[in-house]
Amino acid sequence: MMKPLAGAPDAETLPPAFTRWFEARGWRPRAHQLALLALARQGKSALLIAPTGAGKTLAGFLPSLADLATRSAPKKRALHTLYISPLKALAVDVKRNLEMPIAEMGLDISIETRTGDTPQNRRQRQRREPPDILMTTPEQLALLLSYPDAGAFFGSLAHVVLDELHALANSKRGDLLALGLARLAKLAPCLRRTGLSATVAEPDALRRYLMPQPPERDGESLSEVVVAPPGALPEISVLTPADEGDEEIRIPWSGHSARHALPAVYEAIRANRTTLVFVNTRSQAEFVFQELWRLNEDALPIALHHGSLAAEVRRKVEAAMSAGTLRAVVCTSTLDLGIDWGEVDLVVNMGAPKGASRLLQRIGRANHRLDDPSRAVLVPANRFEVLECEAARAAAIEGAQDGMIARTGALDVLAQHILGCACSAPFDPDDLYGEVRSAAPYRGLTRDDFDKVVAFVSTGGYALKNYDRFARLRPNAKAEGDMRLRAASPSVIQQYRMNVGTIVEAPMLKVRMTKRGGRRPVGGPGRNMGGRYLGEIEEYFIDQLAPGDTFLFAGQVLRFEGLAETEALVTKSNAAEPMIPSYYGGKFPLSTYLAGRVRRLFAHREAWAALPAPVREWLEIQAWRSVLPGENNLLVETFPRGDRFYLVCYPFEGRLAHQTLGMLLTRRLDRAGARPLGFVASEYALAIWCLRDPGMMHERHELPLGELFAEDMLGDDLDAWLAESSLLKRTFRDCAIISGLIERRYPGMEKTGRQVTFSSDLIYNVLREHEPDHILLRATWNDAATGLLDVGRVAEMLKRVKGRIQLKRLDRVSPLAVPVLLDIGKVSVRGDADEALLSEAADDLIAEATRLV
Amino acid sequence: MYGRMKDRRRESRLATHPSLRVCGARFDLMPEGAAWLADERLLVVADLHFEKGSAFAARGVALPPYDTRATIARLEALVEKLKPQTLVALGDSFHDREAGHRMSPEDAARLARLSRSLDWVWIAGNHDPVPPRAFGGAVMEELRVGPLTFRHEPRAAPSTGEVAGHLHPCAAVRVRGRRLRRRCFASDGTRMIMPAFGAYAGGLNVLDAAYGDLLPGFDFHAWMMGAKTVIPVSARRLEGD
Repeated sequence: MMKPLAGAPDAETLPPAFTRWFEARGWRPRAHQLALLALARQGKSALLIAPTGAGKTLAGFLPSLADLATRSAPKKRALHTLYISPLKALAVDVKRNLEMPIAEMGLDISIETRTGDTPQNRRQRQRREPPDILMTTPEQLALLLSYPDAGAFFGSLAHVVLDELHALANSKRGDLLALGLARLAKLAPCLRRTGLSATVAEPDALRRYLMPQPPERDGESLSEVVVAPPGALPEISVLTPADEGDEEIRIPWSGHSARHALPAVYEAIRANRTTLVFVNTRSQAEFVFQELWRLNEDALPIALHHGSLAAEVRRKVEAAMSAGTLRAVVCTSTLDLGIDWGEVDLVVNMGAPKGASRLLQRIGRANHRLDDPSRAVLVPANRFEVLECEAARAAAIEGAQDGMIARTGALDVLAQHILGCACSAPFDPDDLYGEVRSAAPYRGLTRDDFDKVVAFVSTGGYALKNYDRFARLRPNAKAEGDMRLRAASPSVIQQYRMNVGTIVEAPMLKVRMTKRGGRRPVGGPGRNMGGRYLGEIEEYFIDQLAPGDTFLFAGQVLRFEGLAETEALVTKSNAAEPMIPSYYGGKFPLSTYLAGRVRRLFAHREAWAALPAPVREWLEIQAWRSVLPGENNLLVETFPRGDRFYLVCYPFEGRLAHQTLGMLLTRRLDRAGARPLGFVASEYALAIWCLRDPGMMHERHELPLGELFAEDMLGDDLDAWLAESSLLKRTFRDCAIISGLIERRYPGMEKTGRQVTFSSDLIYNVLREHEPDHILLRATWNDAATGLLDVGRVAEMLKRVKGRIQLKRLDRVSPLAVPVLLDIGKVSVRGDADEALLSEAADDLIAEATRLV
Repeated sequence: MYGRMKDRRRESRLATHPSLRVCGARFDLMPEGAAWLADERLLVVADLHFEKGSAFAARGVALPPYDTRATIARLEALVEKLKPQTLVALGDSFHDREAGHRMSPEDAARLARLSRSLDWVWIAGNHDPVPPRAFGGAVMEELRVGPLTFRHEPRAAPSTGEVAGHLHPCAAVRVRGRRLRRRCFASDGTRMIMPAFGAYAGGLNVLDAAYGDLLPGFDFHAWMMGAKTVIPVSARRLEGD
């Protein structure tokens, strides 16, 4: 299926200017670069899979450059190639990298970027006088397609290059882009597509994504694929205290801060030239940055980079990085992709990587030279993470990847696209339906659903037909029988352009320095209180703070003073430690593939040799006190503790799936009379506590575990619970915004006070009560079921463990159960007193679990 | 006074609703967001905002068109339960002047049926200075009942015995680290500001400056709406937005 580089031509097929350029540098075009060129000459679309540093970008553009270099002089420039990247910074960076060879070969080719930052006048000029090559983002493509002149603008388009396709395709942005590509295929029928991707587990999904799909009965269409040889094997180590020979430092039982390991991380930074320190959340970035500076006796230039910092701060860090003046940057996934910083020689990943592919992507940030190995250090924050890091390391050495979750195109994105089409030109629903279904994610879309989405775009699509006179779509010329649909008014078009895109940010508040002891801040005028602007922070985080609380932001401990309009006012705090511990839990769930590998590691003792002694002992005592989870079964432990009975199980399916499972099991336990009181979920385990003993209930056949973990979730009113959950309400809000039902909140729009805005929760409640099968609720449910709630994953797990549940009734807590039990009460941890209380409790638990008699 | 009430609430949370005295007149506070003056068999609701959904739809934001019937259904249930003699809607009952025309025929019929089934008083509000005539009832700027004055927009002190709406009060409080924000009744014992009743009505925090002249300082309580009961919380414990 993937014959790499079959029929690759030799360098002679390049235009002479190109051959001379390669020769002048002592380079030769790489085989995969020539293979792409050959396929392009045959008019074929292709997917290029290549590791970082393999000249992927040049490979993608070489066919366009060759084509443009040899064309006869055009009368007027017309758009030839469109480049689309997930990051605007990447578009800018790639443009810079292309300009050099173009200038050196003396080619008359114009390249421009178009992003959200491009000034209005230049955007207008670009539509009148397009460059040969335009570098842009999926959102800008959607905008360009919504103009009436889209047909003329894209008519000449010969080639689309999709960069980092693996990061784009499997998301709502990918859905939007797929619909845009389907449109482009209509406007420019000879269009070729090139996808550039890192290694993926299932290349066929991306090959399908690249091609316009025929109707389902005619099978599927796959692009060609070119696979470049892999780079050198990465060198990955897992940092554990044992490495340092320091017996005093224990690997924590729970928690996500990895504070114990930071001195060793600092040493690694000192020993290398430039280090990228990846973390999973903004708050973790803040914490690690602060701790590193506390250790930074040599005053090494160490910087911080995350999405919430002010843009100018981020740009400064990026510039310093490019100039090679930084020794380390602590960053979140904002730096996972793209930009080539050349001199990075070590990647540190704080905490567990959560997925094999994410780890490979991050490791690839170190050393862009293909033939040298990338070097990475994984820093587990607790004992379970040691196992996860080991599993991830083994996966990375094998080059193994996470599987992709098969995705069906989101209906809210489709709604946005349909409105965009109506803004550009009148459309015939029959034609548009065919076009939409040619986009791979929407292949299975039924006509009924399509029509419902069209109705939604026009009038909300409610069963109560009250809004027909406010319809946003109108027949083009009803009197003449032209029933094609168009946008009803310029204000509809305006609305679309304000709302385009699928990224819904959590509502953010500006963080600004102020003078201590201002007036009562709520609702005050607040204008003259402003000092330096530090960045933006999630509104829900600030909601959790009371004035006087201290927290970490922008690398310092700040004291929250109060709110003024949309700004959180803060002062500098002298406290060394913030009072409000940020939540360090990962926002990425453990991938199914990696979870499987962790289970395997438990089951295979011979692999434990790689583990540090305390972790090995922990597993040994678990084997002795209870039993180890197997590769394919589900271990369930029950034990009394205090006046309660605990049930702990180890599905290893990630926190989100475990939360959903926890909800399901508590309902079933409740019905069976076990009187469950609560549950807590971690990435690896789920603990539920009850007034009656579920282990005993199993043995008395009151509630057999087979029934408790039964596969069939119907009749559990799980839906009803989920519908009430705040997760679903948040998902609804995102869908309502993407679909264009409600408008985005922009900074400064809330000035009129909150009582005039409506809350999406109120809309959700009313809609759920009166039209529960409305298309928008279905879109919400689809999102939640695949992503946030992982219902699908819970169902898969229950199927997998059917008939393989192993119950171990214990007289006290097992070693493996300690970490998840320590998570209980984490919600209310505040200040030092609570911290001390908790650690006391923790020591009790550990002594109890490891006591040998 | 409040301490004692709290105790009573604990004793029989399900049997009775918490009550609140405004200048001696005793209101039962319903978790639906209405106040019940049992002595007069008078039910008060504020800020119904009928057809707020369609007002947005007219501007291209097609909110679900069910807010009016959701609000009517809750009113019907209360009337069914309490059998009031009089119902006072404290203004802003209709989101704008065109609201009556935009209402679906079945919703309009249902509202007319309800409003004609008892003595209905439409207090005029700033959104609906002239409520539609189609729904019967009396239209008034103010209604006086004993020591009480019912009007739409609360007036700065002294305004003894005033029961008003307009501001859509809500309150936020933190319990064990969790922040809860709910619609509420706000009262210092001499006046009461009612929560908005309409399905799409938002809320304005009682600590906002807009309340400064009405409930100065922290000598008042927010009676926050829970799922099954109403919980009084001292203003000192509340948080701003």
